[in-house]
Amino acid sequence: MAGRLLTVAMGMVMAVGALAGCGSTGPATAGSTQTITLYNGQHEETTDALVAAFTRLTGIKVKIRSDDEDVLAQQIEQEGQASPADVVFTENSPALEVLQDKHLLAALPASTLADVPARFDSPRGDWAGVSARVSVLVYNTRDLPKSKLPTSVMQLAGPQWSGKLAIAPGETDFQPVVTSIAGAYGQQAALRWLRAIKANAGNHVYPDNETIAADVNSGRAQIGIINHYYWYRLRYEIGAASMHSAIAAFAAGDPGYVLDVSGAAVLASSRHRSAAQRFVAFLVSEQGQQIIAKGDSFEYPLGSGVHTSQPLIPFGQLRPDSIGVAALGDGHLALSLLQQAQLL
Amino acid sequence: MSCPPSAVASPTIPHIRQRAGGHRAPRVVAGVSLLVAGALLLPVVFLISEAAHIGRGQLTDLLLRHLTGTLLVNTVELTAAVTVACAMIGVACAWVVERTNLPGRRVWATLIVLPLAMPDFVVGYSWNSVAPAIHGLAGAVLVMTLSIYPLVYLPVAASLRRADCTLEEVARGLGHSHIKVFLRVTLPQIRTALLGGCLVVALALLAEYGAFEIVGFQTFTTEIITEFSVAFDSAAACALSLVLVMLGIAVLAGDAIMNAVKRTGRRGPHGTRPPRRYRLGRAAIPVTGGFALLAGAAVAVPVTIIGYWMMQRQRSSLPAASIVAAAANTLTYSLPAAAVATVAALPVALLAVRHRSRGAVLLERATYLVQGLPGPVIALSFVFFAVHYAVAIYQSPELLMAGYAVLFFPLALIAVRAALAHAPPQLEEVARSLGRRPPAVLLRVTLPLIAPGLAAAFCLVFLSAVIELTTTLILIPTGAHTLATAFWAQESNTSYGAAAPYAALLVVIAVIPGYALGRYFDRIPTDRTGNR
Repeated sequence: MAGRLLTVAMGMVMAVGALAGCGSTGPATAGSTQTITLYNGQHEETTDALVAAFTRLTGIKVKIRSDDEDVLAQQIEQEGQASPADVVFTENSPALEVLQDKHLLAALPASTLADVPARFDSPRGDWAGVSARVSVLVYNTRDLPKSKLPTSVMQLAGPQWSGKLAIAPGETDFQPVVTSIAGAYGQQAALRWLRAIKANAGNHVYPDNETIAADVNSGRAQIGIINHYYWYRLRYEIGAASMHSAIAAFAAGDPGYVLDVSGAAVLASSRHRSAAQRFVAFLVSEQGQQIIAKGDSFEYPLGSGVHTSQPLIPFGQLRPDSIGVAALGDGHLALSLLQQAQLL
Repeated sequence: MSCPPSAVASPTIPHIRQRAGGHRAPRVVAGVSLLVAGALLLPVVFLISEAAHIGRGQLTDLLLRHLTGTLLVNTVELTAAVTVACAMIGVACAWVVERTNLPGRRVWATLIVLPLAMPDFVVGYSWNSVAPAIHGLAGAVLVMTLSIYPLVYLPVAASLRRADCTLEEVARGLGHSHIKVFLRVTLPQIRTALLGGCLVVALALLAEYGAFEIVGFQTFTTEIITEFSVAFDSAAACALSLVLVMLGIAVLAGDAIMNAVKRTGRRGPHGTRPPRRYRLGRAAIPVTGGFALLAGAAVAVPVTIIGYWMMQRQRSSLPAASIVAAAANTLTYSLPAAAVATVAALPVALLAVRHRSRGAVLLERATYLVQGLPGPVIALSFVFFAVHYAVAIYQSPELLMAGYAVLFFPLALIAVRAALAHAPPQLEEVARSLGRRPPAVLLRVTLPLIAPGLAAAFCLVFLSAVIELTTTLILIPTGAHTLATAFWAQESNTSYGAAAPYAALLVVIAVIPGYALGRYFDRIPTDRTGNR
């Protein structure tokens, strides 16, 4: 019996192995074509479009490995010199800052950095800003008239939002807001604010922004802080007719109004440095930025003077807090505050 | 095909004393077991070496803050409650399926293992849609129990299939009530399987953070994941994970004590006959109702959400990974991993059951620890060891398979071990006394006896590997997708419509082992006696 079982199991294994063997593309054929490996923390959709255009333009092939950016950063750290990665592309800047601090990134050519306004690049020049998202309020339009919306993120600490507010304190998008508040009003004020919004959120402490967007839309929560992108993605997925929520910006310069920068870098350990640098240069070139501007990722292009063609608040009209990528750093101040507030 | 053990097992040799201590382990068994245990302990070695990088001040700050205490309490409460709930549900289902004439029991048996193949995200999303009020400890217990009870059900069902039902019938013939028969006769026979199932459930819960993703219930592992993913601090995450190792050791010690209370095993060799099934009669109605409720909550809720997504318009601009290629990859990686884990579990189980010694027990216990560690920590340990010592196979299919085999080894071990605990060693001794060499005894006597356990082990590992995400994303060959990673890519892009087919195919794949196992169990007695 066992013998037969094992035979059957092995037979299945071998059959599937053969099937998979036929389906796979096999090792990359040698020749003039170069192949680089991209560790991708950005949404795959944006990345796929950018990679396809890059390969058409240069003939350089790009193998994509996608995961959450924090996992990729630690994987790169463990891999060290043996890392197969040539380029790393993340949704937010702290992951890149962490890698830069550990000397795992190679400096980018000045010409690449010059394509993007300096305030969106790494101050030390190891990574370039590629696109941006902005933190906004999302609110349920059936429960809340626009006139009642807070103008400052600080007002969310007020008792009127008890049981109505949803937060995702573990999301990498939330910490910049905390850092920004601490920068504007001091750490003690930031801590008081965190404790108050924790009490207000009650059971609406969520693991991710997608849940905030979905739950505010369904009326389970009335208001939340998210990156604008999540609301547009939700509308794209379920259709405008199903939307019972809207987004609203904070008042100009409010610490809740933060620009989050997505960036890319070449690894110090890369054995294909020039091809990798060409890829990052392509991301911030006019052609690369146009793909972001027209894509369904609803992010703001940052370089080469390209503007988004999606129905977003025009980039020039955004009035975010003046905090930059350098001040946001690797996010450890926000983390410490979140831990003191027992939110993490 | 080996000869049926019932032919060998005539009741004329009851005088052969059952060995609890056993003779010295053959060198091969001991050597292979040592290798297996070594591989299983690699993640713990990594943990300790990483944790050494953390400053003592930082560690005490993290450990002594108020939230840590709360989270530890949460972890212990969740672990205890879910383990008890899984034990009750798992045993009840296994008993009904294996011992009663419940109509459609094979269909139920197939349905109720499906939760193992549900992505956490699907479960979370569906419960959030169906019952948004679910939260807190009660919510976490409900949702976690519903997704993890098959870990008890499968080994217990395999064990019941092999348990000696003659004893039950005799006890019933003596006028004992069903409950008394179950408690006095059946339960002792399935003890090893039940305790094993509870052990892996408890360990899995220590490392669980799905409860947070699903119902917002924070555990100690949530804090570890925070250090890992928000603070980018793997040293702190590893140091905190050592606390989980301590908890894991406590769970293992508790299990060892429970196991030691009374050595289980069959008192005398009997052939396995098909059980005389209890006629449920009118009781079939409430029992069917109970199964319907369980299957409804554990399976129908998430499957309905997948169906709902599939009917949504698909607007993903993400080119869909070929679903055929993803399915082929899923099978290519998971099937060999399940085979490897099952085969590797055999020597360790043999050592623990047949050649019991202090060293053997310690070795066996050590292999369970991996089950109590958070996924990202284990995955990073694979990266570390592969990059330093086997860079040629880094991110190769073989490494991923090895990763799965390590990750889910404890599941295979409990099933194989429970089966071995049942198999009467007298048969092996008879075969040996007849001059058979040990490999022949293993092949001709032991393996046929424990075949249901091997099958259950294979299925448990396969089902778990099919759905695995964290380690898969880190170790999979660059550019390849499994059904789970393709689902994740679409889901994290809020493209639920495009994600749904991958989840649906995962469910379909999960039906196969559940169904095959049921059919296989049904055939065992039929092979022997030709009747039911």
